[in-house]
Amino acid sequence: MNSIILQLAAKYLKILFLLFALIALIRGHNYPGGGFIGGLLAALYIVYDSLAFTSQQIEKKLRIHPEQYIGAGLLCALLSFIPGIYSGSSLMKGVWLSLDIPVIGVTKLGTPLLFDIGVFLTVMGVTLLFLFTLSTKR
Amino acid sequence: MLIILILYLVLAFALFLIPAKLSKFKPLLIAFFHLCLFGFFMTHLPDVAAGKSIDIHQQWIPQLGLNFELRLDGLSMVFALLITFIGFLIFIYALTYMKSYTGTTKFYFYLTLFSGAMLGLVLSADFIQLFMFWELTSVLSFLLISYFNENEQARKAAFQSLFVTGFGGLCLFAAIILIGSIVDSYSLSEWLENAHLIKEDRRYLPALVLVLIGIFTKSAQFPFHFWLLGAMQAPTPVSAFLHSATMVKAGVFLLARLYPILGGTPEWTQVVSLFGALTMLTGSYLAITQIDIKLILAYTTISALGVLVLLLGMDTQQSVKAAMVFLFVHAFYKSALFMLAGYITKETGTRSIDKIGGLIKTSPIGFVIAMIALFSMAGLPPMLGFIGKELIYEAKFDSPWMSTALLIIGVTSNIFMVTIAFLFLFEVFLGQANEGQKKSDSSYKFLLFSPGILALLSLGFGLFPDWLTQLVGPALNIIRMDDVQIKLKLWHGLNQVFFLSLFTVMVGVLLFIHIYKHKQVIRVWQRVNNRIFSINFTKVFSSGLDKFIAFSSKNTQLIQHGYSRFYIITIIVFTSILLIFQLYITRGWEIESTFTLQPFYISGLVLIIMLSVLMSVLSTHRLFTIIAMAVTGYGISLIYLYYSAVDLAITQIIIETLMVVMFVLVLRRLPKFAKLSNRRTKMRDAFIALGFGLIMTFLALKAINVDFNPSISDYFVDNSALKAYGKNVVNVILVDFRALDTLGEITVLTIAALGVYTLLNVKKTKK
Repeated sequence: MNSIILQLAAKYLKILFLLFALIALIRGHNYPGGGFIGGLLAALYIVYDSLAFTSQQIEKKLRIHPEQYIGAGLLCALLSFIPGIYSGSSLMKGVWLSLDIPVIGVTKLGTPLLFDIGVFLTVMGVTLLFLFTLSTKR
Repeated sequence: MLIILILYLVLAFALFLIPAKLSKFKPLLIAFFHLCLFGFFMTHLPDVAAGKSIDIHQQWIPQLGLNFELRLDGLSMVFALLITFIGFLIFIYALTYMKSYTGTTKFYFYLTLFSGAMLGLVLSADFIQLFMFWELTSVLSFLLISYFNENEQARKAAFQSLFVTGFGGLCLFAAIILIGSIVDSYSLSEWLENAHLIKEDRRYLPALVLVLIGIFTKSAQFPFHFWLLGAMQAPTPVSAFLHSATMVKAGVFLLARLYPILGGTPEWTQVVSLFGALTMLTGSYLAITQIDIKLILAYTTISALGVLVLLLGMDTQQSVKAAMVFLFVHAFYKSALFMLAGYITKETGTRSIDKIGGLIKTSPIGFVIAMIALFSMAGLPPMLGFIGKELIYEAKFDSPWMSTALLIIGVTSNIFMVTIAFLFLFEVFLGQANEGQKKSDSSYKFLLFSPGILALLSLGFGLFPDWLTQLVGPALNIIRMDDVQIKLKLWHGLNQVFFLSLFTVMVGVLLFIHIYKHKQVIRVWQRVNNRIFSINFTKVFSSGLDKFIAFSSKNTQLIQHGYSRFYIITIIVFTSILLIFQLYITRGWEIESTFTLQPFYISGLVLIIMLSVLMSVLSTHRLFTIIAMAVTGYGISLIYLYYSAVDLAITQIIIETLMVVMFVLVLRRLPKFAKLSNRRTKMRDAFIALGFGLIMTFLALKAINVDFNPSISDYFVDNSALKAYGKNVVNVILVDFRALDTLGEITVLTIAALGVYTLLNVKKTKK
């Protein structure tokens, strides 16, 4: 598809999509959202882009391949299980850190968030892999 | 001793770390290692000769009663010395032999591992552990035979050998479990103590048969001998090491190990000696008409293995002694001959005996070595082979069972051996050099080092057989389980055995002269042989295998037919039947739920969803179907939203969006929409779909009123903020309470993605 309107829109809207995805990821623990939804939204951002341009162009533009996203995601999810052992409890036990970050305020960071990031990356990678495999011309 | 086995493993992997520049040192390193081991075992020889044994006991999996037990006694000492010494010579030999090939590191890696596995096998004092090493040697033999893996014949031969020895290995495993169930232990000492129990048990006979199948396949006994012929595809060092000196002897070793446990019964005596005798005769008979020098040696190896099995089967003091001596005899001359064959092939560029001749001029040393080794094979004095043969004849004279028949078979087989020895010597080294024979290349002279040493041993032990007594004696004591003193002599005096030997040699030489003078005789003989022995075992084996595979694939196709629609039908119908059955036996027909009126917009939504479902089914245009399905999905997400399942609703909406995009992407490459199914299949599908839908609806209605255990959901709601610091219960369940499930789900997603990726890319390469 070669529509200037869509391409121009994509240029700005995709940032919004990505931001939205990240917000969904971070707020997920307390409000609707989370890794799964965030990952899908992030994938949508690229889907939108590839509707405006062609997915070949987008695939080339991506510095990190979908497979790498998947791998990184699974790794994150697995890594998040480990701190539990060292906190004197069992594997996979959630460990939380309270951080006082200026401007944002007191933020609680924990292994579940890392796990959620893992889910985010995996879901995004899987969706992109589907997309690119299906849209490859042959 | 445990350290030795670990060292093998370490060294084998260390080979990959040695830089290519120093690749020369790889075999030298391993050879040196073998020499050290040989020295190590030699230092223990006095202890072992005094009747002691060195035991090592290490816990392995105590929960299963599995231990790591090693024992160095008279019997394992004999084999350990042979393995390390011949291993040393083989690696020296391989240094020169393999220099023109690529991928030698892999080769030395396998060969080192094999040597370690073989040593582990003979040192094992636990049968499960022994079986492990047994299988390892089979696998490594497979890898070594297929070393020239660009050659299809080598691949086939390797597969065949793996199949045959693997089959035998499984039989052996079953036998070990059977016997283990009798004495309730797998350790050698327990088995030895309870030998009478085992022999009296009714599981004895099946166990014996299974053990013997394992041994016969490994030691290439008739009718399993054919894999050894195929194994000649391996590089010559492998043939000299695995397929003459060590691996094929593993069966003989196990036979000797089990002799005090299973031996001594009439079944043992008859079955073992029968197969041994048969193998001995066929091996030597078929060897005469062979042309390929490696195949000649392979057939004589089969014959020699037959001799060993026969001797262990005969079950007398004499025969076991003869077996142990013959073990050395054969190891010395056959490895030497194989290495010589490799040398000859390198020199002349061919393995066909017809095309080689007059090598004595170019390689007088080779001639001397060959003469000594072949004379030992023929059993001529003063070689060690002579002593071996005398002992064998003596044992057959004394055999309580079928003495005359065994003697006749033995003499015939030995006559053939004499003939083959002379034929080999004359055809290869004397006579005219053939045209087109390659000019001798002096760079391979070093290949004569190892066979030279072995030939010297054949001669030396023949002249001073006393040296052998302290090796054979302890082994004999272990096998026979009593204390005997033995003496070995070269000259036994003018007795019947000597005359029999004389007769053998004379007839053998006469036969040789006849064949050598009238070359056409052997051609006729060959044709006759081919006519009589028209069964080509290799062919029978491979066609049998093909038929088996065809048979099982036919069976598999009944269930795994490859039609997605039938898989789905099977799943759905089966699930429906199960559900109906469950409803039937619990008598849960009544629905207790009451229907309450929902606001009009929800009812309207449901109506829209239903209509769009109908549309997606009936539409004849794919795009309509996709849109209709999307409407269904969005509608459902609205319902989620109404009942305040926000997370679900969001996910559903995004998924639907993505689905539509993906469908559109796929749509481009689907063929034109066509109606291929007829009315009847449509009716069938409709029936199944409606039935399943009805059942699911019914279940959903019932589910409303089922009393779930409230504590679970209450627990989540109560604790999600307290314990997991999250207000979104759904998310907390996903990433914290049930994180393992989620991990499983994303893993499944990954696998699905990889599946899609590979499936769609397969097409690409096919086109």
